Parts: sequence; C-alpha cells; structure tokens
Amino acid sequence: MDWFVFVVAGALAIAGALGVVLSRNPVHAALMLVMSLLAVAVLFVEQKADFLAAVQVIVYAGAIVVLFLFVIMLIGVDRPESLTVEPLRGQRPFAAFIGVAAFAELFFLVRLQGASGRRASAGSLTSGHESNVERLARPLFTHYLLPFELTSALLVVAVVGAVVLSRRERAVTVDEGEG
Amino acid sequence: MVPGSWFLGLAAILFTIGAVGLLVRRNVLVMFMCVELMLNAVNLTFVTFARMLDDIGGQVVVFFVLVVAAAEVVVGLGIIVAIFRRRHDATADDVFALRG
Repeated sequence: MDWFVFVVAGALAIAGALGVVLSRNPVHAALMLVMSLLAVAVLFVEQKADFLAAVQVIVYAGAIVVLFLFVIMLIGVDRPESLTVEPLRGQRPFAAFIGVAAFAELFFLVRLQGASGRRASAGSLTSGHESNVERLARPLFTHYLLPFELTSALLVVAVVGAVVLSRRERAVTVDEGEG
Repeated sequence: MVPGSWFLGLAAILFTIGAVGLLVRRNVLVMFMCVELMLNAVNLTFVTFARMLDDIGGQVVVFFVLVVAAAEVVVGLGIIVAIFRRRHDATADDVFALRG
C-alpha cells in the first residue's frame, strides 16, 4: 500500500513538473504546478508530516498558485509561447547538459551517502503520543523562536515591498498640483 | 514503508526538471514557477531526512522555507507587474537593464 501511494504520487509529481516546463500556455503551467504540489503533499502525509501537508495545500496550492493566476490574468500574458524557436544558440543542449550533470550528482549523493550526520535533537518524530502539530510547535516556539520572529519581520517587509513595487507613480503629479 | 532513498531520488528528479525548465523557458512567470518546483523538491528532501533521522528539525526547516517562498513570490510577482507596466512583454530577453 505504501509503495502504491508512493508510485502514484511520484508519477503525478513528475508529470506535473514536466507539464510546467513543457506547456506553452502559462495558465496550463500554473495548473500543472498545482498537480505537482498536491502530489508532493501526499508524499508529505506518507512521511508523517501531516501539518506540513496541510500547509502545502493551503499556502502553495491555495495562495501562491492563485497569486500566479491573478498576475497572469492581470497582465494578460496568457498567449502561448513558441517552444520550438531557440533564442540563444546552443542554450538547449547546454541546459540539458547542466540538468544531466546536476541529476547525476544528486543521484550519486543519494546512493553513496544516504542520511548521515548528527541529529539536531529538536525532538523525535515517532516516540511518544503527541500529534504532529504538537511535535512541530514545541521546538518552533522554544528552540527556533528567534528565526520564527524574524520570519514575521520578513513577511512585513515583503508586504511593504509588494505595495511599493505595484504602486502607480502618481506622486509626481500630486506634487505638481500642490506647487 | 518505502525506503527514504527512493524519496530522495524522486526529489532529485523534481529538482532537475525545475532547474532545466528555469534555464530553457523564456517566460518570466514560467521561470518563476520552475523556481517553486525546485523549492518544493528541497522541501521533500528535508521531510525525508526528518523521517530517516527520526528528528522533527527537518520539518521545522520546511516550515521556514514555506514562509520565505511565500515572501519571495509576493516580491517577485510585484517586480514582474512593475516590469510589465513599462515594457508590455513577458520574455526574459527584454529585461537587460535594471532601470528600463
């Protein structure tokens, strides 16, 4: 049963990722991204990361992809892009070479090394009777409290930055009107 | 239980697809989606290591990666909208100056 779930979810994740790269229409690419993200959420559940799977569905598949679709619709780039023309000569073979090299490197790392090294001792994943949310919350609010507070600052900066970037430049005309 | 190395191999495949897509595609939005694919593959790796080492720390790291990815998407899409307002085109070839 574990293998069945893994094979189906893994195949869906790879198919979604290929769909993002190969689809000509950005809207189709966004929907393929949703498929890949949901399949990875299933793999999270299989590895005892229940809370992260829920967050993955809500934040990634819910919020981020909807944001992508909003921008696609807003600026009207839903016209398809031709994948057959190659703007830079030799770019595709070079990209394929980089891809093969990166995959071979990662694959041999997985085969040769596996999971080694010291544990962070932030808490066990399986022992005891706590739920996954409780296990995740305890180190988050004790050992990792400072990074957690820094993420709140990061989110505020991101919101302010997005507002500043997407603001229309009317300040000049207002100043002229006052002067 | 499926061995962790299979999950790591799957994450390697997903990361490679995202990296090649980032290099090949010209549409800025699709390139951005490929970055999300790569981040997602790394998240899968962290969750797999958390299970293999029986340590919740990997899942805490994924939590932070999710927050940073959300902030990154907000700022990146803001930049894309700002570029579109000036240039009305979507390919990375047209953006060659910091101030257009």
